[in-house]
Amino acid sequence: MRSARLALALALPALAAGCAADPDARGWECLAPAAAGGGWDLTCRAVGSVLQELGLAPGLVRTTNLPGAGGGVAYARTVAQRSDDPNVLVAASPATILRLAQGQFGSLTESDVRWAGAVGAEYAVLAVSADAPWRTLDDLLDAWRADPGSVIVSGGSAVAGQDHMKVLLLAREAGIDPLRIRYVSFDGGGEAMTAVLGGFVHLFTGDASEVEGQVQAGRLRPLAVLAPERIGGPLAGVPTAIESGIDLTWVTWRGFYVPKEITDEEYRRWVDVLRTLGASPEWEAARRANRLERFFLVGPDFEAFVHEQVRDFRAMSREIGLIR
Amino acid sequence: MDALSGLLSGFSIALQPINVGLALGGVGVGTFVGMLPGIGPINAIAILIPVIFAAGMPPESALILLVGIYYGSQYGNSISTILLNVPGTASAVVTAIDGHAMTRDGRSGPALAISAIASFVGGTLSIFGLVLFAPLLAAWAIRFGPAEYFALMIFAFSALSSFAGGSLVRALASTGFGLWLATVGLDPNSAIPRYTFGQLQLLDGMDFVVVTIGLFAVSEVFQLLEETDRGQEAAAAIGRVAVSTKELALTGWTMLRGSVLGFLVGVLPGAGGTIASFLAYSTEERMAGRSGRFGQGDIRGVAAPESANNAAANGALIPLLTLGVPGSGTTAVLLGALLGLGVTPGPLLLEEQPDLFWGLAASMYVGNAFLLLLNLPLVGVFVKALQVPRWILIPSVAALAFVAVYAVNGSAFDLVLMTAFGAVGYLMRIFGFPLAPVVLGLVLGPLMEKNLRRAMALSGGEWGVLFDSPIAITLWAMAAASLLVPTLLRRWTRELVETTPEEGL
Repeated sequence: MRSARLALALALPALAAGCAADPDARGWECLAPAAAGGGWDLTCRAVGSVLQELGLAPGLVRTTNLPGAGGGVAYARTVAQRSDDPNVLVAASPATILRLAQGQFGSLTESDVRWAGAVGAEYAVLAVSADAPWRTLDDLLDAWRADPGSVIVSGGSAVAGQDHMKVLLLAREAGIDPLRIRYVSFDGGGEAMTAVLGGFVHLFTGDASEVEGQVQAGRLRPLAVLAPERIGGPLAGVPTAIESGIDLTWVTWRGFYVPKEITDEEYRRWVDVLRTLGASPEWEAARRANRLERFFLVGPDFEAFVHEQVRDFRAMSREIGLIR
Repeated sequence: MDALSGLLSGFSIALQPINVGLALGGVGVGTFVGMLPGIGPINAIAILIPVIFAAGMPPESALILLVGIYYGSQYGNSISTILLNVPGTASAVVTAIDGHAMTRDGRSGPALAISAIASFVGGTLSIFGLVLFAPLLAAWAIRFGPAEYFALMIFAFSALSSFAGGSLVRALASTGFGLWLATVGLDPNSAIPRYTFGQLQLLDGMDFVVVTIGLFAVSEVFQLLEETDRGQEAAAAIGRVAVSTKELALTGWTMLRGSVLGFLVGVLPGAGGTIASFLAYSTEERMAGRSGRFGQGDIRGVAAPESANNAAANGALIPLLTLGVPGSGTTAVLLGALLGLGVTPGPLLLEEQPDLFWGLAASMYVGNAFLLLLNLPLVGVFVKALQVPRWILIPSVAALAFVAVYAVNGSAFDLVLMTAFGAVGYLMRIFGFPLAPVVLGLVLGPLMEKNLRRAMALSGGEWGVLFDSPIAITLWAMAAASLLVPTLLRRWTRELVETTPEEGL
């Protein structure tokens, strides 16, 4: 009786999924490995609607949210169940790479999928409260070197996540012992930033779009952008960390991977589609609307970039003691 | 700009035909998706965002539509909560207690009507708050650091000490169970799995929808089945549909207090709506004293949380618009939409885009009025859902539960988990343990843990930091008072009057 009910419970959704997943009948699908509203979700929806607009996609591009394990559920699903599905794209970012590098997707590695391309990026910003004593990155680093415990950093990612990683790298570049860095994790950039405004922490690390409003209102003081050169928009006057002699950039790129077992021809089709997208004025407009900087890399170049980033992150994580 | 003239110019925007249409469409869609737990406003908004971008809608129109969905769903959710005992959000869980009890009493009509009216009152009053105090409250919200949040959680839990007329020990046991469930999953700091027993599906913890629908809806199905077995064939009686003037008079102050409380708590990012509805409920229960029938279908038990959670929903727009901090999943999606529309939330929003802010505020009046006009006449229709024979109703509730839970993660494991929670909920009902505190523990547990750990990280392990600010001390004092005062009162009254021992729910 019990097992019959269980079987029914299991059969119902399978039936529903079966109806929805007829591979020929549907168009392209973009998997967002997080709940609706996050960066991956917006990447899928923005790119999906431009692909439709340009007529590159056969009909509608569906966005499916598949949250779980920081993208691990979607990664595992792609590798195990969709490995030769030519109609699926999965959104990714450096958070994906960081987890791969730290072995957080179990036994799965960066070679278990194919990396299609990145279509835009955000750059990281370091900001302090407007009434903080530090006027420049150098001021902050001097005080920080003198007493590494005196500066508390907030970020929107978990311990060992992107925002934490940025700060540890900054510390290493600036000659501060990464093990003495005090990092407090908040639920998202907004909360982390509010903690700086409230005077509970001192330094905020997040992406440019997160700080713009408070910077314009004169409540936050941006000390540096972690970009190769100065960026546009409201943060146009903010120096890069490189200008202060800190060789550090942090690119929060937005891109996609596809299943590994698709044919080379199908992979090339994705690369061509993304290339056409990247060259179109429609994407240019959508990219601006979504506050992304220009960052475009597809095909083998992107694959090489990803593999190098995994190696980089792994080495760094090991060096600063986040993994053994 | 002066608030009044701002609001007037806002009305000139909100009353443009297109915006009126969008507000109406928004609350309509919102009510509908709100009725389907698990689907909810987040997905509706997320799906509409690219459509809005593509349509090139002006930001104020887009926001009017999206916010319409947002508060329409708050009301829609209370419909399924009251009629079927299927709460889809944490803040609706409190409404379920007396709302569903009223349905069982054959008073579903008044319950739905008062829920619409309370939502309207909460929504409307809090818009006044939004218009008048937004900048002030934004500054207040910033003062809430980790220690203050932790104290707020303690205060919220202390309100459970005499929850829904049940026993303290049972309420605490239920809360403890909820808190324990909240620890399942990856440790938020070190990412070490806790209580996952090697199950990959448990790494992200217990999903709120899975637990709640299991505890409430599935156990409800079990209970209905049991009653059917005993031969009670009739579905719940419908009774009168309209709310009486006596009931309105009874709930007037309740709604007012609920709105103010809900708005203030809603301004705090995090679990605003949940805390607000629990606090409003327990406040009313205490104020009612012996005259209340809380837990058994007191109409104030519906009016309080409904006015509070709608007020909180509007309060949550303050941190969203002025700080760019989303206070809930839905406002997080709204934030994404705002950024995409070229609106930068921040303290300057009001000065730089007055049309947007005031247009939105005015459209909320319009939307709330629509919500009331749309839903009061429909109460009679919704109530008819109860007239369907049990052999249709029971499987329908079960099917709704399964679909809702499957919609969240698309995971069959969740369905098994939900069914297990249904069994747990059924046993808890039999043994008189209240269900709502489990949900409160589950929802607030992670926030409480994270904020305690943040506070410790900030102070370097000094516990004194928890009592370091006036806000924190006030909250601790309120928590202590809320725990001690009822006990002392009970002791005094017991000395004076002999009372019959009350049976737990």
